[in-house]
Amino acid sequence: MDEFLILSLPPMVIASLAALACALPGNFLLLSRRAMLGDAMSHVVLPGIVVAFLLTGSGNGWVMGAGALCAAGLSALLIEFVTRRARMEPGAAMAVVFTAMFALGVVLLEMTGTSGIHLDVEHALYGNLETLIWLPGPPPELARLALIAAGLALALRMVWRPLVLATFDPVFAQTMGIPVAWLRAGLTAATALAAVAAFQAVGSILTISMLICPAAAARLLTTRLPVQVAVSLGFAVASAVLGYVLAGYAPLWLGLPYTVSASGMIATVSGLMLVGAALTASHRARARL
Amino acid sequence: MIIDALLLQAGYNAALVSLGAALLGAAAGAAGAFLTLRRRALMSDAMAHATLPGIGLAFLAMVALGGDGRFLPGLMLGAGLTAAAGLWAVQRLSRQLAEDAATGAVLASFYGAGIVILTLIQGLGVGRPAGLETVLLGSTAGMLRADALVIGFGGAAVVAALWALRRPLAMVAFDPIHARLMGINPRQMDALLMALVLAVVLVGLNVTGLILIVALLVTPAVTARLWATTVSGTAGLSAALGAACGYGGAAISAAVPDLPTGPVIVLLAAGAFALTLVIRGHADG
Amino acid sequence: MSQIPLDVRDLTLRYGDVLALDGATARFPKASMTAIVGPNGAGKSSFLKSVLGLEAASGEVRAFGGPVADAMARIAYVPQRAAVDWSFPVRVIDVVLMGCYRQTGLLGRIDRRFQAQAMACLARVGMQDFARRQIGALSGGQQQRVFLARALAQGAELYLLDEPFAGVDAATEAAIINVLKGLQAEGATVIAVHHDLSTVAGYFDRVLLLNRHTIAEGPVAEIFTRDALARAYGPSLMLAAE
Repeated sequence: MDEFLILSLPPMVIASLAALACALPGNFLLLSRRAMLGDAMSHVVLPGIVVAFLLTGSGNGWVMGAGALCAAGLSALLIEFVTRRARMEPGAAMAVVFTAMFALGVVLLEMTGTSGIHLDVEHALYGNLETLIWLPGPPPELARLALIAAGLALALRMVWRPLVLATFDPVFAQTMGIPVAWLRAGLTAATALAAVAAFQAVGSILTISMLICPAAAARLLTTRLPVQVAVSLGFAVASAVLGYVLAGYAPLWLGLPYTVSASGMIATVSGLMLVGAALTASHRARARL
Repeated sequence: MIIDALLLQAGYNAALVSLGAALLGAAAGAAGAFLTLRRRALMSDAMAHATLPGIGLAFLAMVALGGDGRFLPGLMLGAGLTAAAGLWAVQRLSRQLAEDAATGAVLASFYGAGIVILTLIQGLGVGRPAGLETVLLGSTAGMLRADALVIGFGGAAVVAALWALRRPLAMVAFDPIHARLMGINPRQMDALLMALVLAVVLVGLNVTGLILIVALLVTPAVTARLWATTVSGTAGLSAALGAACGYGGAAISAAVPDLPTGPVIVLLAAGAFALTLVIRGHADG
Repeated sequence: MSQIPLDVRDLTLRYGDVLALDGATARFPKASMTAIVGPNGAGKSSFLKSVLGLEAASGEVRAFGGPVADAMARIAYVPQRAAVDWSFPVRVIDVVLMGCYRQTGLLGRIDRRFQAQAMACLARVGMQDFARRQIGALSGGQQQRVFLARALAQGAELYLLDEPFAGVDAATEAAIINVLKGLQAEGATVIAVHHDLSTVAGYFDRVLLLNRHTIAEGPVAEIFTRDALARAYGPSLMLAAE
């Protein structure tokens, strides 16, 4: 039991909090057709962290988080700029921007010899969830993620009504005096914050999956937005817990003496949940006809 | 050992890598032009990430059959199979979800599954898995003549197929309904285009890795589009740009120690795009 | 009468719970020019798309005496302000050449003959001076004329047009109607969805009054009556016209 509290509970709670923080803005990204923003954001975090480290020489989580947040904000502005100046589809603009920034991050990492000592690309991609244990106290990621998840939930609650309006019908919302552009920017900022916070704890792969899969699965099962958000949060926590347990214990059940990547497993589980939701939804649609 | 080989044969290997990267860049540029004209840029991202579980599974299968798991055509076959499965999943989910959400969901889930399989391989400690992760960011250091030949022939085949199909591909991208009335099957053309992009992704895994291959497909294409006024012009310029970036990037990374090839190629392409945006961008927002 | 260009029977199309077409029936004789008229949501565009097989409708559609699928080479379609990406890198001449695809095929060379054919089609709609322009650099009316030229390049015998005059300038409207009347004179059959009741009699010789099913069909003089319009549009239109 003690072993569970020290080794398994903290990562499980951290994964759940990261999933919650991502699923909240994910719902609105999905509705405003910007789902791939999460993909772009979680990739540009890398150069942000590298530059922050190179500038300050500090491996402090908050410093690196600030660097990552700056990179995410810069990339959002760049994507918007490129979309307008080149009049291209947002997807292509995202691909151009995030690959360029990610490539810059890798080059900086390799050139400065930072790689291998403080940071490495693979860690950034699939996180180090398993090492976030209660030793000697709670890992700093726990408090940070709890704070950010709570902050995002509170912010969402406050702007709920205008945000829903602006997402559903931006033009109408504009005529109602709702600051649509600010809400859009706010959603981008919330996504960046969630992506950065989650990225440090669980890696970029889990961030992308949690920004999209739970919200998409919930979207398929309900037509009411409040229910969709609630269900997506349920899916997020369920995939975090189930994925962690499967990663940690499934190989043992099969008689293999090691574990597999928890982040990867959580992403896989959330994908399977989406498949289940898609099949349920099409089954229901067929039953109605 | 790899470093020894590189030092002993620096000239030969550098030339090989540069040539291979240039051919890959040309094929990716041409395929990417049609991909972005069809507005499917990020589909290639999902496809590239979906190769990871296939690479892992192919490795496990080959080890189970008694090999060391490093047989490249086998790994590419596995990668191709799961990437095709990922593509199918995007199409299936797009019936119920917005296409970008379907793309992102498939990307994340397949990638996650791939990482689970890679960690499983590490845990099993079988075969020679060291360096299997290089598919994430690519590695040209160990490129062999055979690899360069695969890239060269694969790239040439892709370019030839695109040349033959350029008219129907352009018509489907411009106005799919009219194309259909003219006797072209848009779904068939889309499937063919995706197969060609998949071929580029597979031969590109070794050079740029699966995260950055999307840049080779998209960045030269959108750059070319700001200059060209015809489809053939866009594809041709995009291929030329891709080839130049591939060759230049490989040469630079060979000359400067510690500079990884894939990211340098991507940065060169991004630089060309930024320059183009300054010169040819639309001033009004 | 053996090979009537288009014969539609009992065309029914359902979008989920909504019935877009409910047993629409019509015959379009050779070298006729028919306006499809009806209120919003009457299924006029759906009628054309169903005829072409772009929508999965039930019913029987025969073109030139056989299934439509066998006669596609003889049919041209001009969509309503085609929903295409106007920044696409094609020039006006390239768009028109797309209409020659059945002749040029996959690998056939686009030689002088096709270039000349495409230029002739452009000249017919008065756009020959714009051949080298990028398609997005044109006005809406000019783009509509280019799409008509693309249809002309197909060398079809049956032309289906979806609101060809919607949102175009007066010069374009005159140019398009001239081309359509010329096609009719050459023996082609023209069917156009049309929304401006005031020009029906001047532009067309036949009318199909449609409101999900056929209200009336025949020569303009006989069919385009107050009574039939009231049945198609409901009495409100008549009140407004009083």
